[in-house]
Amino acid sequence: MKIIVTIKQVPDTHDVKIDPKTGTLIREGVPSIINPEDKNAIEEALRIKGNHEDVEVTALSMGPPQAENALREALVMGVDRAILVSDRAFAGADTLATSYILSIAIKKIKKYDLILCGRQAIDGDTGQVGPQLAEALGLPQATCAEEIGIHGNRATVKSNFDRVIRVIEMKMPALMTVSRQINKPRFKTMNGVLRAFRDKEIIIWTRKDLELNPMRIGINGSPTWVRKIFVPSHSRDGIVIEKQSTETAKDILDYLLEKSLLRF
Amino acid sequence: MTLCYQMDKKQEMIRMAAREFAESEIKPVAGELDEKEEFSVLLTQKMGEIGFFGMVIPEEYGGQGLDYISYIIAVEEVARVDGSQAATLAAGNSLGINPIFEYGSEAQRRKYLPDLCRGRALMGFGLTEPNAGSDAGATKTTAFRDGDSWVINGRKTLTTNANTPMTKGSIVQAVTGLRRDGKPDYTSFVVENGTPGFTLNTLKRKLMWRGSNTAELFLDHCCVPMDAILGNPGDGFKQMLATLDGGRLSIGAMGLGCAQGAYEAALRYSKQRIQFGRPICKQQSIAFKLADMELKIELARNLLYKACWLCENKQPYGKEAAMSKLYCSEIAREVADEAVQIHGGYGLFRDYEVERFYRDQRLLQIGEGTSEILRLVISRAIGC
Repeated sequence: MKIIVTIKQVPDTHDVKIDPKTGTLIREGVPSIINPEDKNAIEEALRIKGNHEDVEVTALSMGPPQAENALREALVMGVDRAILVSDRAFAGADTLATSYILSIAIKKIKKYDLILCGRQAIDGDTGQVGPQLAEALGLPQATCAEEIGIHGNRATVKSNFDRVIRVIEMKMPALMTVSRQINKPRFKTMNGVLRAFRDKEIIIWTRKDLELNPMRIGINGSPTWVRKIFVPSHSRDGIVIEKQSTETAKDILDYLLEKSLLRF
Repeated sequence: MTLCYQMDKKQEMIRMAAREFAESEIKPVAGELDEKEEFSVLLTQKMGEIGFFGMVIPEEYGGQGLDYISYIIAVEEVARVDGSQAATLAAGNSLGINPIFEYGSEAQRRKYLPDLCRGRALMGFGLTEPNAGSDAGATKTTAFRDGDSWVINGRKTLTTNANTPMTKGSIVQAVTGLRRDGKPDYTSFVVENGTPGFTLNTLKRKLMWRGSNTAELFLDHCCVPMDAILGNPGDGFKQMLATLDGGRLSIGAMGLGCAQGAYEAALRYSKQRIQFGRPICKQQSIAFKLADMELKIELARNLLYKACWLCENKQPYGKEAAMSKLYCSEIAREVADEAVQIHGGYGLFRDYEVERFYRDQRLLQIGEGTSEILRLVISRAIGC
């Protein structure tokens, strides 16, 4: 079985601050990491590899040259091979252009049974690339997977979307996006680091290696763009009720009913 | 070779991997293990699974096959979080595993290294005696040949990792005769736990490294087979000196990591603590302390990595190893001391990790060569 995991290198948003004057992210000195839920996708692929014979896992990323570090980390975790799709012409891609380019790269890979993606990235938070990629490749998809079981050429997925749990059975090849509840990504081992640098290499594909429609890549291929980034302000005006406790309770209840926050 | 201050990507990844493990697996339990003065088998095994043991040992013996700087980075990252676990792994690698790899026969390597390198077993290194510390030449433990075996008598103390549930045994130096110049001849033996006549006692009520194991060893007509000798009879002293040179790099890494951890805690705290209407890091008296800490750590790291580079490139590094251990452990004291000062009264309580760093650093100026002995080593190297 061949599994492709798509990953994205993102700034560790735990450390990101927004410049209050310009409204842009201060990325200086902020470490880049594998998007956390993409790490869950890698872990799930490696877990499947551990439980089944003859599984090969490929990590695929589109990004600038430094995204190689994220792929190297995937190799340390135990992924068999890594492909970076990188070209200056891809800059400014929105989710549609990104999923288009990834779909073309996956068509070039040709053989695959399963594509795993993280549910969404912590920088853009759109959660769109996985589903768009499935559409571009014409694959059945399940999003927000919390459990994946593989039986022959069929997969069973427990999907938890907005607290509605569905158990989906699907035929492979298929695409699934996984959420962080699915597993706990393994630690990188010291010997894993050695092997990732000594025995494995990262393949780099530029636009010349892919059969791309130039109107569908980069800014040209991106119908959406970021107009403004800002920190939303949360105003919290409390209501102070100074009455006897039973009356206070009644007032609170009335308020909640009036705002339709409670129903009987 | 040109001078290059950039870590290679592999070493950066080692740091990242070691830090992630230390932060998520060691940090949450370090305080409790210290408080209870408890050695954790579970945590040591986890460190083994990550590959913290046998870091520079070839993969064919179960090691990780890495370079010396990678090993030192791993020790540094663990020490940044907890001195006790760093002690377990630094002693495990430098004093337990390394002599067996360097001096052991092929049979000894095959017998001991796989379990030691996977963190399934530990090995102690018994050198210090009640009356032979800095003066290692005053060793009283003796061994004599009796038919097909050696009989060891004596006592060792302050031996790290010697008496845990997962300890396989200890390497013990004993006097086995006199050389022509009248000086004693030393031989190293691997004495397995459970050997008749070999008993152990864990030393408690320590100031520091309370989550690591320290034991005394009693050898009373302890009979070991001929193949328990490590290397050749009479090589013990030479082996010990070389082992300590390497060990000093890892103690240096412990000092560096301890200083880094204490400094980061102090920097974080100084940004939160408001006095006189401003965070204390914005006040010159505290800001300058932090600047000095950063400076000392930077210098220590450069010196230590240079010594590691010499070691890795098979160049003489005894002086640099002594300098690294001396400097890293002394700045660990200074930085931990100022980190407590920056925390003020809170720094005196166990709720704050700087209290532990302050205690843990104290060993570093004593173990594996006191600061005084290291100055002796350096002064001899420059011809004094």
